[in-house]
Amino acid sequence: MSAQVSSNRAFFQQLKKYYTWYTGGFFAFVIALAILEQMGLTRQWIGYIFLFATIGLYAGIGIMSRTSDAAEYYVAGRRVPALFNGMATGADWMSAASFIGMAGGLYLQGFDGLAFIMGWTGGYCLVALFLAPYLRKFGQFTIPDFLGARYEGNAARAIGVFAAILCSFVYVIAQIYGVGLITSRFTGVDFTVGVFLGLAGILVCSFLGGMRAVTWTQVAQYIILIVAYMIPVVWLSVKQTGVPVPQLVYGGQLQKVDAKDRAFRTDPKEIEVRDIFKARAAEAKARIDALPKSWEDGKAAAAKKVEDLKTANAPVADIRAAEKALADYPASPDAAKVAWQRQVTGNTARSAPPLPMAEPFATNKTGEAGEKERDVKRLNFLTLIFCLMVGTAALPHILMRYYTTPSVNEARVSVFWSLFFIFLLYFTAPALAVLVKFDVYTNVVGQSFANLPAWVGAWQKVDPTLLSIVDINKDGIVQLAEMSIGQDIIVLATPEIAGLPYVISGLVAAGGLAAALSTADGLLLTIANALSHDVYYKMVNPNASTQRRVTISKILLLVVALIAAWVTSLKPGDILFLVGAAFSLAASAFFPALVLGVFWKRANRAGAVAGMFVGLGICMYYMLRTYPFFTNMWPEWKMALWFDIAPISSGIFGMPAGLLTIIVVSLLTKAPSQQIQEFVDHVRYPNIKGSPREGAPAYMGH
Amino acid sequence: MQLSPQQKEYWAKNLRLTAVLLAIWFFVTYVFGWFALSLSKVIIPVLNFPAAYYIAAQGALIVYVLILFYYAKKMRSYDVQYGVDEGEQ
Repeated sequence: MSAQVSSNRAFFQQLKKYYTWYTGGFFAFVIALAILEQMGLTRQWIGYIFLFATIGLYAGIGIMSRTSDAAEYYVAGRRVPALFNGMATGADWMSAASFIGMAGGLYLQGFDGLAFIMGWTGGYCLVALFLAPYLRKFGQFTIPDFLGARYEGNAARAIGVFAAILCSFVYVIAQIYGVGLITSRFTGVDFTVGVFLGLAGILVCSFLGGMRAVTWTQVAQYIILIVAYMIPVVWLSVKQTGVPVPQLVYGGQLQKVDAKDRAFRTDPKEIEVRDIFKARAAEAKARIDALPKSWEDGKAAAAKKVEDLKTANAPVADIRAAEKALADYPASPDAAKVAWQRQVTGNTARSAPPLPMAEPFATNKTGEAGEKERDVKRLNFLTLIFCLMVGTAALPHILMRYYTTPSVNEARVSVFWSLFFIFLLYFTAPALAVLVKFDVYTNVVGQSFANLPAWVGAWQKVDPTLLSIVDINKDGIVQLAEMSIGQDIIVLATPEIAGLPYVISGLVAAGGLAAALSTADGLLLTIANALSHDVYYKMVNPNASTQRRVTISKILLLVVALIAAWVTSLKPGDILFLVGAAFSLAASAFFPALVLGVFWKRANRAGAVAGMFVGLGICMYYMLRTYPFFTNMWPEWKMALWFDIAPISSGIFGMPAGLLTIIVVSLLTKAPSQQIQEFVDHVRYPNIKGSPREGAPAYMGH
Repeated sequence: MQLSPQQKEYWAKNLRLTAVLLAIWFFVTYVFGWFALSLSKVIIPVLNFPAAYYIAAQGALIVYVLILFYYAKKMRSYDVQYGVDEGEQ
């Protein structure tokens, strides 16, 4: 034992040394690039260098950590110290959505967006109190493993495998999508090329070294992403307040932004612009009401315009524009209805006054309707937090990480470190949102179109869905209502907003890439392990040799990665909405069975199987019948919301239903065997004297 | 395998600690969340933040981190006290 302890300690010291050098080297690399930029290195090259240097680095770590040993491949040899497992979990956890989208969401949604901040951190309390230490004591390889052992057999395991693959696959598509987006935007390569470049980085790493390589890469990725996130926001804070700790001082800025939001609601110029949008919406509505005649008239008018311009010998550009308008004209009255309905929705949305940023559950409705809307918003805020928290404590790629620590105690400490490292980014995101909004309200809104900051023009050119400012009321001044801003621009444009050199923009892109790649790594590994370990080894061929299992796992990893990349390259934009769904699905399928498995000895096989089935079933049923992604495909399936709960929070129905089903069915059927009861005791105590210290007891079959 | 009284007490202590920490977690998340609107007019002195926004954006998160820190520390001491620890680490 003590030899083991001192070797663990030496390993920890060694890791500390490596990663300190690595961090120093990374800073030196960024500074060198900054100097090169001053000497004339082009932006495109900075993008390339960041892309290839970081992917090369991850691949290098992968090659150094290559292994074909099962314990190393599946759980990194169970010797990852708590601190480093915390960093790896942080990178595993923080996805492209957290890194790029979160601050933007807070910018657009104000207080209500904080549900994601609370949900995605508070969930770790459930991980620590209910799961991590017990799963570590159990000490096998996957989450379905636990279900299979605790609930005696393959039925529970099979549902677990299905649910693990379902939520991980939707999630991994979103990550690969993020990889493609970042690489194509910052280097100019095609989206699909970007996807496969990123995939190469993921694969070299996880293919060669499994969990071991993924863990050490994720630690490296965490360091890059946290540095990349902090630098621009600290700089912005210094610029605005003179204090380099944005998290402490953004309260004052928040109040100023909130006051401006309130002022914009009654500003006559703002109202003028919003009224123009209101009129546009009404006009589109009138056209829909006059179908099909309005469609014929519009088509004739568009054709006539082309003719008129041609006979009048108008400039070529005008004729081209008119021809394009004619070509883009809806092909049929039905298509026109869809397109014009979109105009109604879009213009109506833009005619709404801004909501005060710091006000909880803000609404534009007044009187009784306003009270009701507030209550609905509050209910959805709280249920969303609940689903995100319970989902966090049930996502297999996160829980799996706690198998890799050397002991139960280290697993507990490791959850603390995980949350601490996640907390660093999550309590900075609101600061970033507020500071950027303050900058926009000061340097863009109210300024004349002639002298807008350079970043505004640059980003409008990149992608009008990310940023577009059009002088709607032709007064030459930017009104807030004239600006439409996309969620993803906030983090990506912060370095330019703060006036930092382009190398920092490249760094932020590298950070976003690290966030997306690290999460994708963990997810792909989860899917491949569920298939190779749980399906192949535990269900199909229990006599397979270790060597064979690892080889099968690697092949599956490759196959799953290619399928995921292929699905992503189809750009299924709509599917990204489903990422939030992964949390509700995981919460409904796994949480009750896992927690009752540890805390209630009476829970048995029949109860767990029924409970997982019911929980997952209800959650999926509610989503299929309320999520716009599905209801647009099968309109006749659409149903009214239950208690006004948004589809993303369907776990609020699935999880309690699953919990209740397990309890009721377990009580109606026979108690689990003595062996299982002893298994539960084994999991509950870090060390029960009388059982051997090392190795698993006989009933675990190893 | 029969559990000793000491081991049973360890599990009871564990359950109690879990329940207490869970109650704190529930309070800062949901009780606060329910009353967020009434807190939004209050400005926290010194920090200069609107109270509702501060709690949701920072306060609750800090409490979560502290909960986990305390849990790991306290459970380790229970492990040693009730003789179920994994030995020197």
